[in-house]
Amino acid sequence: MRRIISILLENEAGALSRVAGLFSARGYNIESLTVAPTEDETLSRMTLVTSGSDAIIEQITKQLNKLVEVVKLMDLTDGPHIERELMLVKVKAVNGAREEVKRLVDIFRGRIIDVTDATYTIELTGPGDKLDAFVDAISVTEIIEVVRSGMSGIARGDRALNL
Amino acid sequence: MELTGADIVIRCLQDEGIEYIFGYPGGAALHIYDALYKQDKVKHILARHEQGASHAADGYARATGQPGVVLVTSGPGVTNTITGIATAYMDSIPMVILSAQVPTHLIGDDAFQEVDAVGVSRPCVKHNFLVKDIRDLASTMKKAFHIANTGRPGPVLVDVPKDITAQTIEYEYPKSVSMRSYAPVIKGHPKQIKRAVELLLNAKRPIIYSGGGVIHAHAHDELTELVRQLGFPCTNTLMGLGAYPSKDPLFIGMLGMHGTYEANMAMHDCDVMLAIGARFDDRVTGELTKFSPHAKIIHIDVDPASIGKNVPVEVPIVGDARTVINDLIRVLKSSSKKPDEAELAKWWKQIHEWQSVNCLAYNRESDVIKPQFVIQKLDEITGGDAFVTSDVGQHQMWAAQYYQFSQPRRWINSGGLGTMGFGLPAAMGVQLAHPDTSVACVTGEASIIMCIQELSTCKQYDLPIKVINLNNRYMGMVRQWQEFFYDRRYSHSYMDALPDFVALAESFGHVGMQIEKPGDVEGALKEAFADRKRLYFMDFITDQTENVYPMIAAGKGHNEMHLSPGLGDEPVERELA
Repeated sequence: MRRIISILLENEAGALSRVAGLFSARGYNIESLTVAPTEDETLSRMTLVTSGSDAIIEQITKQLNKLVEVVKLMDLTDGPHIERELMLVKVKAVNGAREEVKRLVDIFRGRIIDVTDATYTIELTGPGDKLDAFVDAISVTEIIEVVRSGMSGIARGDRALNL
Repeated sequence: MELTGADIVIRCLQDEGIEYIFGYPGGAALHIYDALYKQDKVKHILARHEQGASHAADGYARATGQPGVVLVTSGPGVTNTITGIATAYMDSIPMVILSAQVPTHLIGDDAFQEVDAVGVSRPCVKHNFLVKDIRDLASTMKKAFHIANTGRPGPVLVDVPKDITAQTIEYEYPKSVSMRSYAPVIKGHPKQIKRAVELLLNAKRPIIYSGGGVIHAHAHDELTELVRQLGFPCTNTLMGLGAYPSKDPLFIGMLGMHGTYEANMAMHDCDVMLAIGARFDDRVTGELTKFSPHAKIIHIDVDPASIGKNVPVEVPIVGDARTVINDLIRVLKSSSKKPDEAELAKWWKQIHEWQSVNCLAYNRESDVIKPQFVIQKLDEITGGDAFVTSDVGQHQMWAAQYYQFSQPRRWINSGGLGTMGFGLPAAMGVQLAHPDTSVACVTGEASIIMCIQELSTCKQYDLPIKVINLNNRYMGMVRQWQEFFYDRRYSHSYMDALPDFVALAESFGHVGMQIEKPGDVEGALKEAFADRKRLYFMDFITDQTENVYPMIAAGKGHNEMHLSPGLGDEPVERELA
């Protein structure tokens, strides 16, 4: 089962490689991993998307907790939560495709953030499946490149991961 | 007064109360070695190879419970310690490795003797640090010792660039450490302890299975009290031997691949299992799908990740073994219910039947020296009271099976990583920690060669270790597997061109002996152990065909043991290539 694990870790050199090393050493999946400092500059927040049986997920959270730099973590998928990912897409936009692509971007509530004679660069945020759907839909024209940020997430309601 | 970084490193060791460090100098470490020279509180033991230094520190830690300290230079200095660090990591041994690094401005330049020490050691340390600012040096040292020695212990590496060791700053060693991200749980959850007691008191076929964690937690007395209070059978893992007295009637031997028949059968048939400080390693469990099919398992461990990792657990208790066992004893005492004596008597009757198989029997009439016989004589002569280190292979299993450990920390071996070459350097650390106690290194002619250079260190520091070389001219355990599972194709397991071990030992300044007849074993051992001053290298020429029994083969369960052919299994045609 797919899980989103949010982690607060010490904002120190090497912390990221410890997490990445743990996953490769123990053969766990990483679907995506994002990390950036928080409002407290001594802390980084990581969002890690992984998958596995309940037993494997339990091991993953325990092994992560064991890392000395991990301060706290939370399995977002244990409760209601919001997932968001940012995607930047550069597509070919010529002739009829120019209008069609613009319509699609509007339907998906994206924005065109850069334009040339022959291309659009589109910004889109949303849960992963929405971005997937957009990539499928946009294939009416030629995709030049796709950049995805990886998943970020936060719990709904009062539930929060903080110190 | 301001001190240099090098002086601070040494002052930190002094303030930690470190008596011995084990190391080898080199370019990046020279400031630290200079600081070492100017004081005499911390004694430095010069190994002949950094791997030897790391095993020696490890042996010191295992024998004392205090962290072992290693000091090495950058590059090859630190890469040579990796095997030693991984060995300590697998067996949860507290160790602090100080590695010198090239100066900060050269880091990343592929400088001479540069290696990313934090990177190469990361998978086999509990934690590691690169000190990039002299202001962090003392606090990092404090953290390193704190992390190494608390919770589930383990090795911690501190990498110190050379320029940091030359800079100066006011020295202050922190009195305590507080880390928001590191706080091991010590006390077990009271509700879980209650549930555990209920299960134990309702058990019909209970077993207590304890591992190295009991020794790390200094919980051997508490374990003994608990086992006796309940009257349950107790088995120890390879790492847990000595935590419960071997000669006690409630002890049913080691379990696992080469454990006793009775311990493994009891593990298989038990209905309640209390696992303490053990991690359900594959060499212990055998095939997991066949593991203890009727058991409700209570698992006490200081490392939450060990619980439920390999085997589902009924009652998990995270906490320090000593604290939790004390709580168990207290709750048991206050309970009006007692273990069911009638059921327990039935269970013991069954166990005694299994014991009557006498699974450790071997041919005592042999004309060639049986390795088991040497260990039994060693046990007799030392009264079961020596420190015994070992290397890895058949001799290790025989030492574990036939030496009757009655105290913790006396049995010192590489259980998790299985590091050949561990025994001799580990014995150096043990002998330094316990200068007045006999230290035996049980080894084989293949293992001993892997760190043989340390005989030179033993000479320099007058370490009167007794090396028991069970020389069968084979990598015995490899040969045994090839005999059983590879149709006797003895691929590269024969030790050709072995040295003359007697001459070798003598060339290092020690006493060498070769023993070829069973009748000479006792005399040789007595002579060697009577001499408290010198190292004896005893080269026992043993039976080449001997195998370690009993055995659980790969894919088999605890109830599917192979017994020694002499015990009624199909007779095996015995010949070597």
